[in-house]
Amino acid sequence: MIRDFGLLEVLSILQGMWTTLALSAVAFIGGGVFGTLVALARTSAWKWLRALAGAYIDFFQGTPMLMQLFLVYYGLPVFGYHVSAWTAVSIGLTFHASAFLGEIWRGGIQAVPKGQSEAASALGLGYISRMRDVVLPQAVKLSFAPTIGFLVQLIKGTSLAAIIGFVELSRSAQIAASTTYKPLIAYGLAAACYFAICFPLSRLSARYERRFATNT
Amino acid sequence: MTYQFDFGVLLPYWPQFLHACLLTLWLAATAVVCGFVIGIATVLARRSGMAVLRAVALSYIEVIRNTPFLVQVFFIFFGLPTIGISFTPWTAAFIALSLNCGAFSAEIIRGGVDSIPRGQFEAGAALGLTPLQVFRYIVLKPALRIIYPALSGQFILALLTTSIVSSISAEELTSTAQLIDSDLFRSFEIYIVATLLYFALSMIFSFIFKGIDRAFFSYPIK
Repeated sequence: MIRDFGLLEVLSILQGMWTTLALSAVAFIGGGVFGTLVALARTSAWKWLRALAGAYIDFFQGTPMLMQLFLVYYGLPVFGYHVSAWTAVSIGLTFHASAFLGEIWRGGIQAVPKGQSEAASALGLGYISRMRDVVLPQAVKLSFAPTIGFLVQLIKGTSLAAIIGFVELSRSAQIAASTTYKPLIAYGLAAACYFAICFPLSRLSARYERRFATNT
Repeated sequence: MTYQFDFGVLLPYWPQFLHACLLTLWLAATAVVCGFVIGIATVLARRSGMAVLRAVALSYIEVIRNTPFLVQVFFIFFGLPTIGISFTPWTAAFIALSLNCGAFSAEIIRGGVDSIPRGQFEAGAALGLTPLQVFRYIVLKPALRIIYPALSGQFILALLTTSIVSSISAEELTSTAQLIDSDLFRSFEIYIVATLLYFALSMIFSFIFKGIDRAFFSYPIK
């Protein structure tokens, strides 16, 4: 039986939007933690560690996000971990985000003038304190705009979780579309939801980019 | 670990994989070229004197850039037929990817155009050239040089994005992998191979683009 596109469909799509926000937050926070490690590895004094982090970044930037999700989703059970779609998707997106954020923040770290970390060394600060108190705060400020830009990419990327059956915004729109046979409304509404989340972030990113551009 | 990896069963499928790689490249290449043309048109529309054109161009860019490609594909492939416009999966994939690339190219091209000093536009106008001629003869080439790295990156991105059109069964690398998977039930091995193929393609092309960059665009221009 074909249902009408009613309040129930709207509510389930809004519910999906909430899941998309939660998934994005998990991936962004997880990706941020590991991305910091990737960025530090990429700028480390050891050549092998830099090369390793470089290969990690190249892999994630050189393969489709969908394949990365598939590998985690089909790969974890192979290694004996039977996890929910929610866990698999979170892990996949976290890996993905860590590589991209790592590369963005590497740029930020290298954009901090070398004299800063030299001065910190001269003052007797160790690596951890030098990074935490001197370099990273400046690097974060410098890479704020591209970080937010990537967050928009990540939020849009969470839609791929729908392909492996995880019910978030895109998947709930897909379900609404097939039960009501109103795909134009369902996908239009989903697009509007994504737009409502991403557009303000894009504007924020653009504004910071301009502000930074006028500062230099 | 009890799972036995078996890549050997995939060997007979290599012609399919190869064919799928070519289709993926073809889709990405045609969509990027088409997207570039759309991008130029959009930039021209954004600089036009008509407020309506500017608004349309701006909304197009913002809507495409702030919604997921998957939803755009679904909208075109499943949504439009309900108002009587239907496409084959491949055409829908091509249109969706072209529109997507168009919006991103427009922003890249705008960056290049903005980098051309105002005086050059004014000089062109002073020589009696139309805005289109100014764009074609004065702005386009130096701008192209500046945006080349971003544009070649756009191709790699499009190449990776094509995997999403497998969701409407447009026949490319990912959907071929899914088809083979339904024969063999060796998902992990199959997707490892597909991932490595994508990786190889993007590495090869970024190598080629770097070569072209060194050969043609490397002299100082600022």
